[in-house]
Amino acid sequence: MAVLIIAEHDGTLLKPGFANTVSAAAKIGGDITVLVVGKQCADAAQAAAKVSGVKKVLLCEAPHYEGSAAENVAALVLTIAEQYSHILAAASSHGKNVAPRVAALLDVQQISEISAVETPDTFVRPTYAGNAMATVQSSDRLKVITVRATAFDPAGEQAAAPVENLAAGPDLGLSQFKSAELSKSERPELTAARIIVSGGRGMGSAENFKILEALADKLGAAVGASRAAVDSGFKPNEYQVGQTGKIVAPELYIAVGISGAIQHLAGMKDSKVIVAINKDAEAPIFSVASYWLVEDLFKAVPELTNELSS
Amino acid sequence: MKVLVTVKRVIDPYVKVRVKSDGSGVELANIKMTMNPFCEIAIEQAVRMKEAGIVTEIVALSIGVPQCQETLRTAMAMGADRGILVEAPADVQPLAVAKVVKAIIAKENPQLVIMGKQAIDDDSNQSGQMVSALMGWPQATFISNVTVNGDHAEVTREIDGGLEKLTIKLPAVVTTDLRLNEPRYVTLPNIMKAKKKPLEMVKPEALGVDIAPRFKTLKVEEPPKRSSGIKVADVKELLEKLKNEARVI
Repeated sequence: MAVLIIAEHDGTLLKPGFANTVSAAAKIGGDITVLVVGKQCADAAQAAAKVSGVKKVLLCEAPHYEGSAAENVAALVLTIAEQYSHILAAASSHGKNVAPRVAALLDVQQISEISAVETPDTFVRPTYAGNAMATVQSSDRLKVITVRATAFDPAGEQAAAPVENLAAGPDLGLSQFKSAELSKSERPELTAARIIVSGGRGMGSAENFKILEALADKLGAAVGASRAAVDSGFKPNEYQVGQTGKIVAPELYIAVGISGAIQHLAGMKDSKVIVAINKDAEAPIFSVASYWLVEDLFKAVPELTNELSS
Repeated sequence: MKVLVTVKRVIDPYVKVRVKSDGSGVELANIKMTMNPFCEIAIEQAVRMKEAGIVTEIVALSIGVPQCQETLRTAMAMGADRGILVEAPADVQPLAVAKVVKAIIAKENPQLVIMGKQAIDDDSNQSGQMVSALMGWPQATFISNVTVNGDHAEVTREIDGGLEKLTIKLPAVVTTDLRLNEPRYVTLPNIMKAKKKPLEMVKPEALGVDIAPRFKTLKVEEPPKRSSGIKVADVKELLEKLKNEARVI
């Protein structure tokens, strides 16, 4: 067995979820090689080399790998793919974009977003918004897999593994990266945060999210939103927690003014401790909550922030 | 420009899914079915582009059981010009879907293929990327905006940290994210009109495509249940529990 992981990074740092993907690879077994490909990403390659379990890092830099560059990256992966039994990527927007392209080019059926490794060819994956856990066995010669990061503990650190250069492939010229508009925040990233404070339709307006942000800052937490809140324009899409947004599993998830639609629960129900604050005593969110408080959020949230300050 | 849009028939997203007691799958008998929400967004996008004079013809494609004809009729009631149903068992895996779509592309020659980013039943998020790979075309997944500009398209993608803008060559495959548009409701007159639109039935063998599954589902189980929670009376009690019982703050 030999596993290749396609790493996601910003050039300097690896994205949260990488160390978890290494853990999933370790469960499969065999040597773990990491591909770090981008416009300029030597620092990210060095960081990957220090994640426990990584045997070797392949670094490939070229201007036409800037941004997501799914077409060029998939073509590059194809040139080395046959050396491996498994190709893994985190099920982030990057991994979801590139991995299926690799799988189709190899004529294999990808296994998406696995949450457990049973054997090297058998995996568990959530379907129907996490309401049905399917155990699937792949018959493909090479397995292309995306990994649900929250289902695996992050791998630790090690003395750096060797980093080798991999020659860049050609620019296919199919698509051109223009720009990225990344939201800047002092708060932790949603998928890496220990605590998340999320707001739903009950917040009423974008302006009202300020009271949640005050609470989040007091807790050192990330801010999230339900799809209803995103649809209402209270927050941009990258804040969305749910089946089709981000999947999170922090130690503490505080759901405020969120009723608890199936697709939202799918994104957060694996959190260790869930707190729900809602004035509707019948809100479905209470069914997954560790602690629930039936109260008007505009009273409860500022009070919570105040109590934490005192 | 001709556009091909794929539509999948799925369990209604607001229905609580129940796992069958024998672990063979989820209960589908007497369950409300509907068009996958991301496919609705895909059809809506095509219709808007037709209304804007960019698109001349919209072909809707579904793959599955005979009841998918209803899904195609809905697509036509929204504004698709005609439908194609490739008859297949209920669960066709994404690679097979992509091969069928490729075969239809060869017959129809669309300049743009619009697909949902993900079906809310198997949650795979693969088919669009796979079609694009098999065609050797550009892909733009999870888009929140698309503007066609001659033989190129300008697209905005929703990515984890924000937005990414790309220019892609046409023909291409794009997959829809939630904020691309808000699909229209179908009206009764349009439902009546849709009944008269052409709907072609095709067998996968006629396309020369192998749709055999590549993975076997050994069992399907309910996720572990969370132990029932505690109702707290006020903020003070909540904080006390979080500090001393759960020890998370």
